[in-house]
Amino acid sequence: MKEMINLKIDDINVSVEAGTTILEAAKKANVRIPTLCYHPDLCIAGNCRICMVEVEGSLTLTAACAMPVSENMVIHTNSLKVRTARKHNIELLLSEHNSECTKCYKNGNCELQDLAAEYKITNETFIDLVPFHNYTIDHYSPAIIKDDSKCIRCQRCVRTCEELQSVSALGVAYKGEHMKISTFMEKSMFDVVCTNCGQCVNRCPVGALVEKNYIDQVWDAIYDPSKHVVLQTAPAVRIALGEDLGYDPGEIVTGKMVAAIKKLGIDSVLDTDFTADLTIMEEGTELLTRLKKALVDKDSSVALPMMTSCSPGWIKFIEHQFPQLLPNLSTCKSPQQMFGALAKTYYAQKRNIDPADIVSVSVMPCTAKKFEADRPEMRSSGYKDVDYVLTTRELAVMIKQAGIDFESLKEEKYDSIMGQSTGAAVIFGATGGVMEAALRTAYELVTGREVPFDGLNITPVRGMEGVKEASVKIEGTLPEWKFLEGAILNTAIAHGLVNAKKVMELVDSGKANYHFIEIMACPGGCLGGGGQPIPTNMEIRMKRNKAIYQEDAGMPIRKSHENPEVALIYKEFLEKPLGHTSHKLLHTTYIDRAK
Amino acid sequence: MSSQNLKKTDMIFGLCHTTDVEHLLPGGVCKTNEEKFVVLEEVIKKDPQDIIDDIIESGLKGRGGAGFPTGLKWKFASLSPEKEKYVICNADEGEPGTFKDRDILLKVPAKVFAGMTMCGYCINAKKGYLYLRGEYKFMLPELRKVLDSFHEVIKKIGYDFHIDILLGSGAYVCGEETALMESMEGHRGEARNKPPYPTVEGFRNKPTVINNVETFVNVTMIQKFGVAEFKKLGTQDSRGSKVFSVSGDTPKPGVYELELGMKLSDFVDEYGDGDTKAVQVGGASGFCVPRKKFNETIIGFEGIPTGGSMMLFNSSRSMYNVLTNYLEFFAEESCGQCTPCRVGCQQLIRGIRAVKCGQKSPDYLDALLKLTASMKLTAKCGLGQSVANSFSSIVSNFTEEMIY
Repeated sequence: MKEMINLKIDDINVSVEAGTTILEAAKKANVRIPTLCYHPDLCIAGNCRICMVEVEGSLTLTAACAMPVSENMVIHTNSLKVRTARKHNIELLLSEHNSECTKCYKNGNCELQDLAAEYKITNETFIDLVPFHNYTIDHYSPAIIKDDSKCIRCQRCVRTCEELQSVSALGVAYKGEHMKISTFMEKSMFDVVCTNCGQCVNRCPVGALVEKNYIDQVWDAIYDPSKHVVLQTAPAVRIALGEDLGYDPGEIVTGKMVAAIKKLGIDSVLDTDFTADLTIMEEGTELLTRLKKALVDKDSSVALPMMTSCSPGWIKFIEHQFPQLLPNLSTCKSPQQMFGALAKTYYAQKRNIDPADIVSVSVMPCTAKKFEADRPEMRSSGYKDVDYVLTTRELAVMIKQAGIDFESLKEEKYDSIMGQSTGAAVIFGATGGVMEAALRTAYELVTGREVPFDGLNITPVRGMEGVKEASVKIEGTLPEWKFLEGAILNTAIAHGLVNAKKVMELVDSGKANYHFIEIMACPGGCLGGGGQPIPTNMEIRMKRNKAIYQEDAGMPIRKSHENPEVALIYKEFLEKPLGHTSHKLLHTTYIDRAK
Repeated sequence: MSSQNLKKTDMIFGLCHTTDVEHLLPGGVCKTNEEKFVVLEEVIKKDPQDIIDDIIESGLKGRGGAGFPTGLKWKFASLSPEKEKYVICNADEGEPGTFKDRDILLKVPAKVFAGMTMCGYCINAKKGYLYLRGEYKFMLPELRKVLDSFHEVIKKIGYDFHIDILLGSGAYVCGEETALMESMEGHRGEARNKPPYPTVEGFRNKPTVINNVETFVNVTMIQKFGVAEFKKLGTQDSRGSKVFSVSGDTPKPGVYELELGMKLSDFVDEYGDGDTKAVQVGGASGFCVPRKKFNETIIGFEGIPTGGSMMLFNSSRSMYNVLTNYLEFFAEESCGQCTPCRVGCQQLIRGIRAVKCGQKSPDYLDALLKLTASMKLTAKCGLGQSVANSFSSIVSNFTEEMIY
């Protein structure tokens, strides 16, 4: 057991483990110390100087986030010195910040605004510095807007990009009064290695980094009587949307969400889960085909391990950083893009609507999906497959704008067609979920039996560990899969690009013996996506994760290949996985962006 | 006018005004005055603990300005069982008005290297770095030459210690010890959170002793002359002598070695031009002392400490301009990471300009003084904390000059 340290915070005796910071100890004593640059997912920066406290015996004030406790420390968190200094630092930040709060996208969800309110900063003590700086707004990216005039230099975004994502698209440039958060050569976020994952957006305490929102465009489409608006919701939206509408993290709001979207005036509310199941059919078949080519045909050109391709942040990452491994990526489009392509073909045909009149909207836990929808390859229906991508947060805004009392809504079901879901599809929203769904289907396809895990729960692939590994021995194969008899399928799962990079380095160096790898760009998978409600942190991700598996367990169908709508679409439209139509609509190519 | 009370000393530059390292060899003598010099070989036969105790006993405090007891710093680093440790000599000398390390490195670099090696011996480090200010690049060829022969010397003694020279890139903040280490590691020069202190986790997160150039020379001289001789100089709180960089309105600008604990009035008698109205002690980050306080001001850790910079201003100077100059410097040289320093410096400079041109009332100076108090309390490193020194001392002593 660790050594215990005794200290006193605001006259409260606290005993905590050695190594605990003052901030953590204060939390234990139910003393709230305000913070700005602190984020539980990130390393300690100690640069905003808001969490200053007075430690008896120290000449200066102390940053609570960065100072470990020591025996008999006596701390005051609310002395005159502390209050004055904190207020000064808030006022300084405000003097540098473009405080046009009522015209800000983050109005109402801004940590600096909250602090200003708490300290009742009513008059301008200091000189407004904004006019002295030549600030720019970068809005070239289809996913992220970066407004330097609102930046408070807390460097949460810089730390996120480096520590969680190992991308480092954002960094600190210049010094002193000119110090700013910038990109390589101050290029637009659109022109650098940014993966559009939006983790920085999720952690920005102010409005300096926000998603590019398409709320007005979607309203316009809704109000346009000539348009038929179809809307798909990603698996991870239903377990997080509630957080922006007054619910605690981990609440499943699927039925109310569907009801609310219908109330918005959307013509057809459909489920990305449907194409998640379709992805399993296509990707699973692709994997088995690759394995067959490698094992039976001894084709050495087959790229193994095969890697998942559902996460657009991950796709842009590998295109920039490991282009030599692009052949290893599954050619499957992400479920969002499969859905988009089918909405303007299969759906249009079945519903007898001119695809030109269909506006395809998706609600995603993700900002990278906005970029993905804009990729030139994503027009295989002959139109832009997905017209507008909304984040979970934007959907919450629309629901509020429409004056809907979310809590009192009666739960409703998704529309059909392309509205059927399964447990396997729901868990796409969690790290390890695609792997689990793929294994549930592939194992059964090959052996005719269910995966040998209690209640279909493949627990080794679940959880928040950065890199997970699992092996499945394939025994008792059906005749056509005889070549896999006794084979051990080695899989790896990584979430957060920093972990993806570790796995890719292993693969690139030839040290890995994996066959199939699932990668999700965001920590925790889509449930921790950049488009999810703010805040997102480990505690909240765990709750959302629990909710996802709870939703899975409660589904009547829990295997992708048993989704009746999936069976139907193969019968009516696609013929078979990897077939000609599939190839045209559901698969894609990648770009080497290293040059 | 020459002051009778001012005691000039010759400890730092004394004995050997050469870059010759021969004198460090066993039995080596200094060519200039034939006196035997300190012998590294003797030092490394001693118990490291005894050397550290010597330095603690001597009362030597860091010469960079902050004045941390050198012996204690070494002791902390020596206590760590870590195998990999480092010795760093801070030669980033960036404080406006300071140029004494430049002279030391030009004239007696071998004494610096010897001090670093002794430190390495005491804390059990095998590697030392001299972090040289980018603008001192011109010294590099000569320093490397001296260093090569110095390495020969320690090889002959049979001791294992190697020193490298790294160049800074011109950022003032990199003189702050943890920012310096960040810079050495190839990162942006930004101060780290302390603790951990460098003696626990410094360069490459290993225990590190980082001292000023002059501090290492002092260590060498203490080993040469003994603790008792060193303690004869200075006062209870400020032992030894100090190298000063004298500049501004003075008939004799230059580098002078003087006993610590002197009265500022004696200093002004010696170096002033007869019309001195203020002395900025300790550079831009130091304190401005007006004429009326010369007599009561002691230069040393009991009074106003300095890293060496002494800038004299006569009555033709506008203290408003002096302060503006310092604040422009700080606003530019703040690393920009912490709020009070980055934004505070901008507010101070724009604030005094606004008062001067009448956009803000003179009362606003009080608001700014309060702000500097908060900056001193909350800035992450010494840079931001010490902006308050020059600001408050100039504004409160020369208030009329700020307003009219």
